[in-house]
Amino acid sequence: MRFGVVVFPGTWSDCDFHYVISEVIRQPVKYVWHRDRNLADLDCVVLPGGFSYGDYLRAGAVAGKSPVVEALRDFVAKGGYVLGSCNGFQILCEAGLLPGVLMRNECLQYRCQSTNLLVENVETPFTRGLRAGQVLTMPISHGEGKYYADAPTLAELKARHGIVFRYATADGQVVKGANPNGSVENIAGVVNETGTVLGLMPHPERAAETAMGGTDGLLLFQSLLGTLVEDGSFLKR
Amino acid sequence: MAGTEPKVTLDLARGLGLTADEYDRIIQRLGREPSYTELGLFSALWSEHCAYKHSRVFLSRLPTRAPHLLQGPGENAGAVDIGDGWAIVFKMESHNHPSFIEPFQGAATGVGGILRDIFTMGARPIAILDSLRFGDPADAKTRRLIDGVVSGISWYGNCFGCPTVGGEIGFAPEYAGNPLVNVMCVGLVRADRIFRARAEGVGNPVFYVGNKTGRDGIHGATMASATFDDEAEAKRPTVQVGDPFTEKLLLEACLEAMATGAVVGIQDMGAAGLACCTSEMPARSGTGMEVELSTVPQREADMTPYELLLSESQERMLLVGARGREEELRRVFAKWELDAVKIGEVTGGADLVVRHHGDEVAHVPVDALADGPRYEKAHAPPAWLAERRAFEPLSLPEPSDYGETLVSLMAAPTIASKEWAYRQYDQQVGTNTLVLPGSDAAVLRIKGTRRAIAIATDGSGRQVFLDPRRGAAMAVCEAARNVSCAGGRPLGVTDCMNFGSPERPEILWQFAEAIEGIAEACRVLEVPVVGGNVSFYNETSGTAILPTPIVGVVGVLEDAGRLATQWFKAAGQRIALLGPDAVSLGGSEYLWTVHERLAGRLAPLDLEVERRVQSAVRAAVGARLVTAAHDCAEGGLAVALAEGCVTGTRGGGAGIGCEVAVDVARRLDETLFGEGPSRVVVSVEAERQREFEALMAESAIPWRWIGSTGGERLSIRVTGRLVVDVAVDRIEHAWRSGFERHMA
Repeated sequence: MRFGVVVFPGTWSDCDFHYVISEVIRQPVKYVWHRDRNLADLDCVVLPGGFSYGDYLRAGAVAGKSPVVEALRDFVAKGGYVLGSCNGFQILCEAGLLPGVLMRNECLQYRCQSTNLLVENVETPFTRGLRAGQVLTMPISHGEGKYYADAPTLAELKARHGIVFRYATADGQVVKGANPNGSVENIAGVVNETGTVLGLMPHPERAAETAMGGTDGLLLFQSLLGTLVEDGSFLKR
Repeated sequence: MAGTEPKVTLDLARGLGLTADEYDRIIQRLGREPSYTELGLFSALWSEHCAYKHSRVFLSRLPTRAPHLLQGPGENAGAVDIGDGWAIVFKMESHNHPSFIEPFQGAATGVGGILRDIFTMGARPIAILDSLRFGDPADAKTRRLIDGVVSGISWYGNCFGCPTVGGEIGFAPEYAGNPLVNVMCVGLVRADRIFRARAEGVGNPVFYVGNKTGRDGIHGATMASATFDDEAEAKRPTVQVGDPFTEKLLLEACLEAMATGAVVGIQDMGAAGLACCTSEMPARSGTGMEVELSTVPQREADMTPYELLLSESQERMLLVGARGREEELRRVFAKWELDAVKIGEVTGGADLVVRHHGDEVAHVPVDALADGPRYEKAHAPPAWLAERRAFEPLSLPEPSDYGETLVSLMAAPTIASKEWAYRQYDQQVGTNTLVLPGSDAAVLRIKGTRRAIAIATDGSGRQVFLDPRRGAAMAVCEAARNVSCAGGRPLGVTDCMNFGSPERPEILWQFAEAIEGIAEACRVLEVPVVGGNVSFYNETSGTAILPTPIVGVVGVLEDAGRLATQWFKAAGQRIALLGPDAVSLGGSEYLWTVHERLAGRLAPLDLEVERRVQSAVRAAVGARLVTAAHDCAEGGLAVALAEGCVTGTRGGGAGIGCEVAVDVARRLDETLFGEGPSRVVVSVEAERQREFEALMAESAIPWRWIGSTGGERLSIRVTGRLVVDVAVDRIEHAWRSGFERHMA
């Protein structure tokens, strides 16, 4: 699978994603400059974390209008996969590729900490190797991660099982105490109608090696690569 | 020259912070009266902040040589070789004065400044550590300062994309009117690709790159060279305003430009801005420089030459390029949407010639600017010191309940968890952080190698106050010990010397003694000082801070898989205490927290024993013989054990209790809470006990088994008597809430 990692001015998780894709899951990967509109040779585009364009105005607002994100619409229409993490999620929402918005954390402070994510939808290419109800551990690092959508949007999102991850306790309880940013209904990640565009605030690339404290983030990539079989075990290479 | 400029007089020079003697020296060096612009250049470059007037003679006593040293003091930052072709570039700097005047921007631009010092050397910043000191967090004004400083660091570091992985926060009333914000940055670069701040090659173009210049921060260096009075608020305009986004672009553009091979030398426009770069860079290379100020990118209209030269607008660099390769450089900066403008060139003369719209506004030998006056002023121990030292802490009554005393110490803000601060910092970007904040040292892997680095900062103002020489030596030992506890071999030291006014003999004495202490410790531990800074004038209305040298140490681990953290891992393991028995309550956290006293003598320091203890700990960590290694610091043995029990609960896990017995015939408070150097608590799996004993026997250090891990309580017996028996839950709660309860 050919990956492209988008670099905006101010992106900083680009190298981390690049490292995981090339060194851990060992797939072909290249950087995509924000002015680049040519995504033709890619299967999956990653929008990484950072402060694109300084996140001035609103997080992701300027990047949402950038040439590469404009080109994403066509890429998505043709069935390409898009994974947006942290700032990438904010950008996807600002661009209208995902519903909802990301607002300032309820605590009004930046938060960098480990979170537990309850997996709700295992029908997406990113989660098909997981079990519904499984709990993943991944870190967050953001100041504007409070997901919000109005009632009709939320109802529509639920109806089509668009909510993929919710912040939860280690044993999978979706409670306020497990929510690091005050997001509506503990939402941590959502997908588009076709399931091919995933946005989440946590950082899967920071949970992809034992040395970094966990490998749950790797499961998203493994799912995507189709290297997981139905019972959740890994295919032998 | 503009007709509105003030007339140059001695009074004007004094108003700019120069003395009558210094003004005479300027006239002598120039052979004439300086112009107004020239006077501005001298006032900034001869300020304490830039010229180290009062400290230079002492600093020369620090050991700055080692086989693995690639760059010592005198450049933007120091560098050490960590093997496999890689170098670590690092430095610590203070931003105390700006942070007191405007905590958010002051701290943020402190981070910005030190990041630039690292990436001008060609290194990518991979870690930030902050050493902060404040007054009592129970005080509302102090809380506002803490909140501003922490959010400023968080804002700048997070947006820039460099993880904040460690540091410490300490509290004492002496910092209430003058907080300390010391920021250390660590960068990674190929050992043969280090860039330096040099203006070599006559005819080479001089580029201004980065942000535009405004009127912010004019005379910041001069501001940082004076004490505060009640008018500190009026100095807010001298604090710069940061833009971490532009800094990130500048980082990427500079590293990309360096990779082209078209960069000859580069320097950050920090204190004293353009004035500093245009004189220091040629001075280092024995060249001169000519610049035309009208070409400088400007954010405000009608800026005068004086303002353009002295502005401390952030996120700017002066870059000397290779002649003929200007287009390559312009292309890189254009890609990152940054200004890169040729403002002059390197000349063969030894002068800085500054023009504005063609008119010469300054013409000064670069040596005269870069070589400020040096003073060796009178220094003498303070009259009150003998009495403070003579105080006997054991003359105070003993606490009635040692368990409760331990709980209250764990809740003391200096000892309590600092999670409130570091959860606001991105600790992981770059995916190198193997040990997150909360252990003795941070550990980061070096991708593409088996290696890792360990980093720690330390410095106890109370200990230095009572005994500057030994206290400062202890700061070096403690930071190095923290690195050793993580498994790292210390390679280099950076220091920030935070003191009051050097014009007072007792302060200068503290400074001189502290330098001697650092030098002695560095010599025995065989670590060079690679750079740092001196921050004098940390006084408000005549009251100085505690003399506070902060020491940062970087060490290398040959195998990233062989590291240790400070907390107990499992029940049923043996606990050993390495190091001497000698401790003292003098200057201890216990004496302050329980008795509100700052007095007494420090425990003896035997540097040779320190060296052997650290070497033994590293050997044990390297052989995977210990499951935890923790320095005994503030709060002594009892607190070190309690920290072993509770500090591993970050992920929400339960603490691990322990049962300890010691046979020491001292008073109990001294045994439990007395502080002394060279002491480390380790835990060892029962089945590795014999191997560990053999290694300790080889190491020839004092050590003893003191207990084992397990259970839900921390209990300590001294000579058979159970004196501490507290539930680990209670200790954890006290530790977790001790600082945060003030801030939440």
